[in-house]
Amino acid sequence: MTLVQYARCLTGIIKREALRWLQQRGRFVSALVRPLVWLAIFAAGFHFVLGVSIIPPYETYVPYEVYIAPGLLAMIQLFNGMQSSLSMVYDREMGSMKTLMVSPFPRWFLLLSKLLAGVAVSVVQCYIFLAIAWFWEIDPPLWGYVAVLPALVLSGLMLGALGLVLSSFIKQLENFAGVMNFVIFPMFFASSALYPLWRVKESSLTLWWICQVNPFSSATELIRFALYLEFEWQSAAVLAGFTLVFMVLAVIGYDPGRGLISRRAGAE
Amino acid sequence: MSETAAALEVSGLNHAFGERKVLQGVGFAVRPGDFTVLLGLNGAGKTTLFALITRLFHSNTGKISVYGHDIRREPSLALARMGVVFQQSTLDLDLSVAQNMAYHAALHGMAAGEARKRIDAELGRTGLSSRAKDHARLLSGGQRRRVELARALLHNPGLLLLDEPTVGLDIESRRSLLAHVRALCAERGLGVLWATHLIDEADENSRVIVLHKGVVLADGRVPDVVAASGAKDLRGAFDTLTAATAAAAS
Repeated sequence: MTLVQYARCLTGIIKREALRWLQQRGRFVSALVRPLVWLAIFAAGFHFVLGVSIIPPYETYVPYEVYIAPGLLAMIQLFNGMQSSLSMVYDREMGSMKTLMVSPFPRWFLLLSKLLAGVAVSVVQCYIFLAIAWFWEIDPPLWGYVAVLPALVLSGLMLGALGLVLSSFIKQLENFAGVMNFVIFPMFFASSALYPLWRVKESSLTLWWICQVNPFSSATELIRFALYLEFEWQSAAVLAGFTLVFMVLAVIGYDPGRGLISRRAGAE
Repeated sequence: MSETAAALEVSGLNHAFGERKVLQGVGFAVRPGDFTVLLGLNGAGKTTLFALITRLFHSNTGKISVYGHDIRREPSLALARMGVVFQQSTLDLDLSVAQNMAYHAALHGMAAGEARKRIDAELGRTGLSSRAKDHARLLSGGQRRRVELARALLHNPGLLLLDEPTVGLDIESRRSLLAHVRALCAERGLGVLWATHLIDEADENSRVIVLHKGVVLADGRVPDVVAASGAKDLRGAFDTLTAATAAAAS
């Protein structure tokens, strides 16, 4: 296989993911509505309840809507990563996963392409959200829209890779409700997405530690700082590390010799 | 790799899920141009065998090669020569017929222009050119199967694997699919492995492999297998062979 053929394969996988996203209208709409509901209703409700002191990267007091916007961008990617995972479990149950797996390209490359396809879709969703959020006076510096791109790609990779790992472990589609309860909600709430961590520390040191090691906090902070043209290297390093670990686990999970796929097949 | 190599060669294949043995010492070869029927009841191990040949998972022991390329050591070369129609439909129902096929072409690294030509040619062959822009969801079961066959042939494979491709099809669709694959086999010199539990899908000219409880009970031309069993026809031969296994086991 030549490099050009690798590029064609990657493009084909991204195109399929984009087509599915556009054609599944419910998924398209809910991906946009979900963060907007948080912004328009939740943030409005808490606007006067929660005061946010001046913390980096902000140079002044910011409205609560502005504070939670980076967390909502990360949430879009979290849901998208889990949605990709759900679609892989669905594809496996429906058989279309086999089409991917019998491609002559190496399996790690197919999984990486699948991951990049999901990230591409999530980044587009994030920019659509940012465009709409502008009307809520979430208006970072113009260059912030450019600087946030690599942050979105990195956080998308980490959350997508987590989705891949989960899809290799989840046995059936029905088990996916568990992912909502045990992955999405804990990751989102035990993070810096909705409240600054110094406030969490005041109420519970244990919870503060959990929030600190939660890679979703790193995703949120990397996006937050990038939007205001600052680079949060510690979050970037944590995200890169988690992405690598999750990717290795996903490749093992989908390996025909060692993976869970082969062990699970015995039960079918 | 030379074209004189078998399209598919399986030898000493064993596979177990935990304690349960699914395949035991399975071995056979499919030559280019061979239409080989893999005949077995549900649970005989046909789908597991297909999953091992297509590298969905690895065998515990044994060897599988496609045109001389070992599936474990040279998976890319082996998979590139293989076209597969799985038992369960693998079409993406949210995409159009042409989009499904283009996706498959990309998974084989084909250039867009070449892919378009091949898609037109293969859909034309199956009489579905007019449905190219329709969503796969709108097709009947028989049409979906034909699209899957066209898709499996898109990258010009030398080996075609079909796992119970006629399940759920009406008599006419079944007959037409079978005739179409036989014609392909003759015209293109394709090695075909056609798994089924329907005895009438193996005609007098076919080669048949009888797989029962993970063991190959017979392998040869249909008339030879029938003669060796002492039965009148293939149904009788199948009953005789499987009954002998049951008697030996009890």
